[in-house]
Amino acid sequence: MIRLFRKAPDSGRPRRLTASVLRHNPADPASAPHWQDFVVEEAEGMTLFIALNEIRATQDPSLQFDFVCRAGICGSCAMLIDGRPGLACRTLTRDLGERFTLAPLPFFELIGDLSVNTGKWLRGTAERLRTWVHAAGRPDLDALEERMAPELAEAIYELDRCIECGCCVAGCGTAQMRPDFIGAIGLNKIARFRLDPRDTRSDEDFYELIGDDDGVFGCMSLLGCHDVCPKQLPLQTQIAFLRRRMAALGF
Amino acid sequence: MEIIHTDVLVIGGGLAGLRAALAARQRGHEVVVLSLVPAKRSHSAAAQGGMQASLGNSAKGAGDDEDVHFADTVRGSDWGADQEVARMFVHVAPKAVRELAAWGVPWNRVRSGPNDAIIDGRKVSIDEPAAAHGLITARDFGGTRKWRTCYVSDGTGHAMLYVVGDRAVAEGIAVHERMEAVSLIHDGARCHGAIVRRLTDGRLFAYVARATCIATGGFGRIYKVSTNAVINEGIGAAIALDTGVVPLANMEAVQFHPTAIFPAGILVTEGCRGDGGLLRDAAAHRFMPDYEPEKKELASRDVVARRMEAHIRAGHGATSRWGEHLWLDITLLGERHIAGRLREVKEICQHFLGIDPARQWIPVRPAQHYSMGGIRTDALGRAYGLDGLFACGEAACWDLHGFNRLGGNSVAETVVAGMIVGEAIADFCASERGELTVSTALIRAAHDRAAAEFAGLAAGLGAESAAPLLARMQSIMTERVGIVRHGDALQSAVDELQQLILRSRRLGLRSSRPGANPELTAAWRLQKMLKLAQCVAAGALQRTESRGAHYREDYPRRDDAGWLKRTLARWPAADATQPEIGYEALDVRRMELPPGWRGYGARDAIEHPDTAPRQAEIERLRAELAGAGRDALQDALLPFRHRLPPQLRGANARLGDPA
Repeated sequence: MIRLFRKAPDSGRPRRLTASVLRHNPADPASAPHWQDFVVEEAEGMTLFIALNEIRATQDPSLQFDFVCRAGICGSCAMLIDGRPGLACRTLTRDLGERFTLAPLPFFELIGDLSVNTGKWLRGTAERLRTWVHAAGRPDLDALEERMAPELAEAIYELDRCIECGCCVAGCGTAQMRPDFIGAIGLNKIARFRLDPRDTRSDEDFYELIGDDDGVFGCMSLLGCHDVCPKQLPLQTQIAFLRRRMAALGF
Repeated sequence: MEIIHTDVLVIGGGLAGLRAALAARQRGHEVVVLSLVPAKRSHSAAAQGGMQASLGNSAKGAGDDEDVHFADTVRGSDWGADQEVARMFVHVAPKAVRELAAWGVPWNRVRSGPNDAIIDGRKVSIDEPAAAHGLITARDFGGTRKWRTCYVSDGTGHAMLYVVGDRAVAEGIAVHERMEAVSLIHDGARCHGAIVRRLTDGRLFAYVARATCIATGGFGRIYKVSTNAVINEGIGAAIALDTGVVPLANMEAVQFHPTAIFPAGILVTEGCRGDGGLLRDAAAHRFMPDYEPEKKELASRDVVARRMEAHIRAGHGATSRWGEHLWLDITLLGERHIAGRLREVKEICQHFLGIDPARQWIPVRPAQHYSMGGIRTDALGRAYGLDGLFACGEAACWDLHGFNRLGGNSVAETVVAGMIVGEAIADFCASERGELTVSTALIRAAHDRAAAEFAGLAAGLGAESAAPLLARMQSIMTERVGIVRHGDALQSAVDELQQLILRSRRLGLRSSRPGANPELTAAWRLQKMLKLAQCVAAGALQRTESRGAHYREDYPRRDDAGWLKRTLARWPAADATQPEIGYEALDVRRMELPPGWRGYGARDAIEHPDTAPRQAEIERLRAELAGAGRDALQDALLPFRHRLPPQLRGANARLGDPA
């Protein structure tokens, strides 16, 4: 779901925004988690990327957060915006109230303030689910490539669009209770490789990876993942489909 | 001090670094990759439109081959490219695409039968042959004579980076995240690895490696408006420059992309124009055909960006509260095409502009996009000046791109150079020179120097702070070292950058806290970025000609007689405020394609004295070897295959090859 813009206020006077940021520095024994308010004057087209950088440049140079592409592509800047997981870089302040909260993504290891260690978790997930095409031998680089139906290539890309931002895991009820749950990120990856004819793994192989309560059977179908995915991946249908396939295998 | 030993240290976890790491790993060497961010968040992911490789599968690519790709690349470079490197690149690019296909990249495929397309503003139907159905297709890009850009919708870099990143996981390559190389360990002749700072807590480590490869990408963030990710600050190039012995080449060759959304500077792909999008001015007039009747919107990026700026200066820009811009019109492509092939563009327009590009025009203006310059290497990625140091990708000046890179050639370069340079690294490690005699004193000294540098900054009581100095540098670069340059403005840029460099040595930090300190990191990087900015400005000031993306109003002609040479900038001493600039000549007598007109843009170059004799020699060779076959002619004109790793030398199969 792409939110439509709110109409800019007619008064012509810029709003004064208060960003309430949940701060904590685990490296500092004296630090305790606390909310800190920062006031910024809103500018036309202001995103949370712009606002947070302005706060750091002019008010508190120690504030930690992560941005890389600032274009909604790399998945670095996921955080809780008014309690909901989302990409900060493409969140416009005009879509927020005059007062809003920013907190680090839950579930992941906290680095400091709004910065969390998604990388460590994702590397572990990639190793655990072996998220690469399993094929025998090395390809012949001089020969014509294997053919693929155009529609199939497009269908694979549809699932390949995941940017591993972590929003789905942060919005997942199961992940709150099961620290080893692979989340929608992991399940979507399995769906992607399952669809790919270049991957020689069978459903039995995939069952070994996700056929338990830390995998596809752990999902409680609350589908927070589907609601918060910034790339609008079809997580609901993919998880449901995978679960049916895997359940059929389990009998 | 903690010391980590490895065979190969790759600095940078984008496509180039990961692919080089894979090549070295597959040869049995231990590899560690350092990355500022989780590797899959690297800027490679932002490459949208595609990668050039002359597969020639689609109808509009029919007849394409390495020769056409080579000529397009050299013309695009305005003859600044190293033609041997360009030959190696165009030969390996099809192999790279096919390798990625086998590894899982979901390249868009040819659909046989009639396919709707927009060409030159008109709706046409392209009939794709049944024989090509299911092979990798390609789209049109600027400065190319064939449709050659292989793509995955407009998320090509993302799809490539995920496949290569996961392949690195499959090979068990360690990626040390949130680590920044802050200096190279070297003795003036041999690189021994790097001193590395962990960004999460500021701790320093020594990584000792037999071979070190810098693949840290470009330095777009020295400009105020750039399509680059915020991590593209050029620190990898800067630590090479800091050695005093490794030169950075052609730093003044900076690409501006025609279609960055205005004013945020976020990229919308060249694929928009490749797929039929048009540029319009305030009066809705399609102006590019007025300037470039042949290639129109699809001339090379330097030419289109310059024409756009000139058109704005001539008073035809649309005005907004942030200033003037032009329009990119992709409405004619239709909703379905945009939702399928340009969906990232659609999302960007919706989220950052609040518009639907299927119905509304996109406000655009050229913005800094790519660094053609970088760490000077030879054709195998070996850096000048230090044995055991390599570089590849945008961080390097390999020199595939000369003074202007073609769209689709950079993401292709990342993987192609990774394949070639990675093998060279493995060869080096397997050779006698690849052995390292480790001096603990050398490592200790490098560590202590870096530690003192950070301690000094953290304790600094100067009156200056990093953020305003950074902003000032970025403004100077955008305003005076931008698309249109002039000697007076460049001189004032060099002068003021000198002042900023001096001021950056008197910083005082406002914050002090245990663990990560973003202010300390920013202050340290500022000093590095200022040196890079000065290399760009000084190189631009001294180059009194116009070539590719380097355009001087006061010297508007390309001057092959005086300037067919590559700029080499070295930083002479820690307390210097300017680089030492030298040059290396390009040898016209060894060129397969001697300088001429590019097929677009100006055609008033000052000719090099060797051009006419070389042209005559080439014609003589072509006549003499008319029946000898393509390989014999190639070997006579410009031999290159012997430079490639043996497994990358084979001929590339194409549809319709004689059986």
